[in-house]
Amino acid sequence: MNRRGYYGGFGGAYIPEILTATFAELTREFDAAKNDPSFWQQYRDILATYSCRPTPITFAENLTEYLKGARIYIKREDLNHTGAHKANNVIGQGLLVKRMGKKRVIAETGAGQHGVATATMAAKFGFDCTIYMGEVDVERQRPNVFWMERLGAEVVPVTDGTRLLKDAINQAFRDWVTNMDTTHYVLGTACGPHPFPEMVTYFQSIIGREARKQLMETEGRLPSRVYACVGGGSNAMGIFSGFFADPVQLVGVEAGGQGLETGRHASRLASSDGSVGIAQGYKTYFLQNADGQMKETHSVAAGLDYVGVSPILAQLKESGRVRFETATDVEVLDALSLTMKKEGLIPALESSHAFVQAFKEAPTLSRNDIILINQSGRGDKDIFTIADAFSDPSWKKFISKKATKYHA
Amino acid sequence: MLESYLREKRSQKEILLMTHIVLGYPSFSQAYRIVEAMVEAGVDLIELQIPFSEPMADGPVILNANQSALAAGSSVEQCLAFAGEVCARFEIPFLFMSYYNILYKYGVDRFAAAMAKAGIRGAIVPDLPPEEAEDYLKAMVINQLAPVFIFSPNTPDQRLQFIADHAKGFIYCVARTGVTGSRTEFSQQLDAYLNRCRRATKLPLALGFGVKDKADIDFLRGKVDIAVIGSQTIRTVDKKGVEAVEGFIRGLTL
Ligand SMILES: Cc1ncc(COP(=O)(O)O)c(C=O)c1O
Repeated sequence: MNRRGYYGGFGGAYIPEILTATFAELTREFDAAKNDPSFWQQYRDILATYSCRPTPITFAENLTEYLKGARIYIKREDLNHTGAHKANNVIGQGLLVKRMGKKRVIAETGAGQHGVATATMAAKFGFDCTIYMGEVDVERQRPNVFWMERLGAEVVPVTDGTRLLKDAINQAFRDWVTNMDTTHYVLGTACGPHPFPEMVTYFQSIIGREARKQLMETEGRLPSRVYACVGGGSNAMGIFSGFFADPVQLVGVEAGGQGLETGRHASRLASSDGSVGIAQGYKTYFLQNADGQMKETHSVAAGLDYVGVSPILAQLKESGRVRFETATDVEVLDALSLTMKKEGLIPALESSHAFVQAFKEAPTLSRNDIILINQSGRGDKDIFTIADAFSDPSWKKFISKKATKYHA
Repeated sequence: MLESYLREKRSQKEILLMTHIVLGYPSFSQAYRIVEAMVEAGVDLIELQIPFSEPMADGPVILNANQSALAAGSSVEQCLAFAGEVCARFEIPFLFMSYYNILYKYGVDRFAAAMAKAGIRGAIVPDLPPEEAEDYLKAMVINQLAPVFIFSPNTPDQRLQFIADHAKGFIYCVARTGVTGSRTEFSQQLDAYLNRCRRATKLPLALGFGVKDKADIDFLRGKVDIAVIGSQTIRTVDKKGVEAVEGFIRGLTL
């Protein structure tokens, strides 16, 4: 039997029969593209002229001084067009869509970053575009909804289930099983049925390839540790890919939400609450009950608020190659504040999870050590959530004034 | 054996009727009354869907039934107990329908044994293609249960045969692309697809997705062995209550 797309015991392709032919076509096209040297060149060229690649690494001199430990470098995925690493994946899949001759793309989105990235790609390549987004996320990521709609995408709020990322994924699949002849589903992370985990990792591996080269050029040596936040796992897989063959510790940071002990979190790998299951087309660790029903997750960061995780990361956890930690909502806001004040950088709430763990460990390392943090995205999109969290008085005043104007 | 039961029945009737319920929807006691009404109205077999939180292949009607059943606390143990009751009480065969995680979490071997113990005859698992089904197939064989697999209109001929090689009982042919519950055009195009299905296997053929009234079932006479009514029963229950089920089913095959 066909065991493609397995990473240890994880992965696979648990798909309804109606999508089998569509997945076969996608796998064929992806394999052909991978074996076509001009494809990667074309991919890099577009990202260079459209999305600021290669994104730089920034030496965080003030944070390094402040924490008195390892030299801290930050990979700047926030500088991509649309403000997150999601651009890498959508441009790659967009090129495949062109090769397959399809005319419409759909996507799920949590934080809205993947939705916005998909909407820009659709506008650029001339595709129709529909984005599914949980109702809870529509509320908390309003600026991104605005941009998606302005970019010409239709945004469909999903009111089923927990009204979060997983429910948006289900709804995107329901659209796809209806419209697969014309439509490609641009899955936003390294999850889902084969070939998505491999394909999304392949496109995101540009992060790690660049970062390794850049560090070798500036410091002439490898980092001791690399930190990335883990939602579905695409930015983590992207940066880790550059260092798998090296003696470098890889650390994935999941959403600890209100604390693991409260049960209100989204930690599938670092906590003991996750268990192996099969849903949304693949086998991995899920947050589920004893019957196999998925649980509600919680995180201040919409992009990490997901029940499943990349099957490749599940395998890397079992093999011990990647270590998994969690950061709570409160710790995340502190790390974000500190990073803004010390470096003038504004990491997304998702990315700030990686900073939390890096800040905990940096002081325990020597001044000769180098650590690398993946700043997967920028925090602008989180303005409402962050303003609320800091209970920012002048922002509140501004919003009330604005609201009064709209009511007038 | 499920297949021989279906053949026997089919020799007496031009088309058989399979109906569907979501376990625990609107409640277990009402679900029991729905089953009773269906049997009374003469259905030939019933699909019992164990609710799942991520029913990817289901449209809004069945999705809502899944969520309501779970919100009301429907558990896998309750579903198995319910299955035991209806299998003991009614003569017709019952099948489980669910997503693979329900079986996987329970333990596939243990689940198949529990199905057999309850008197269930087979299962339909829409997110489990034969390629991923090794453990499931073994467990089903050991417990003499029928693993029902699915054909779809875009399945190539060679793959239809591959699927049929792993299936027992009957084949579930989905009528069209899309999820459960939306409209299906019952047209000549469907004929061509059903001819392909017929050529691929000797197993009885069921057709489902969008079958909703007598006209649809009449269209299917002579073309398939079993017509599957899914979302339309739930719509009937939602709009007119459990009492309306028997009349609705009787009206289908008059
Ligand atoms: C900025 C940012 N970082 C991280 C993530 C998490 O996704 P992943 O784990 O696939 O990188 C998201 C998802 O929306 C995001 O927007």
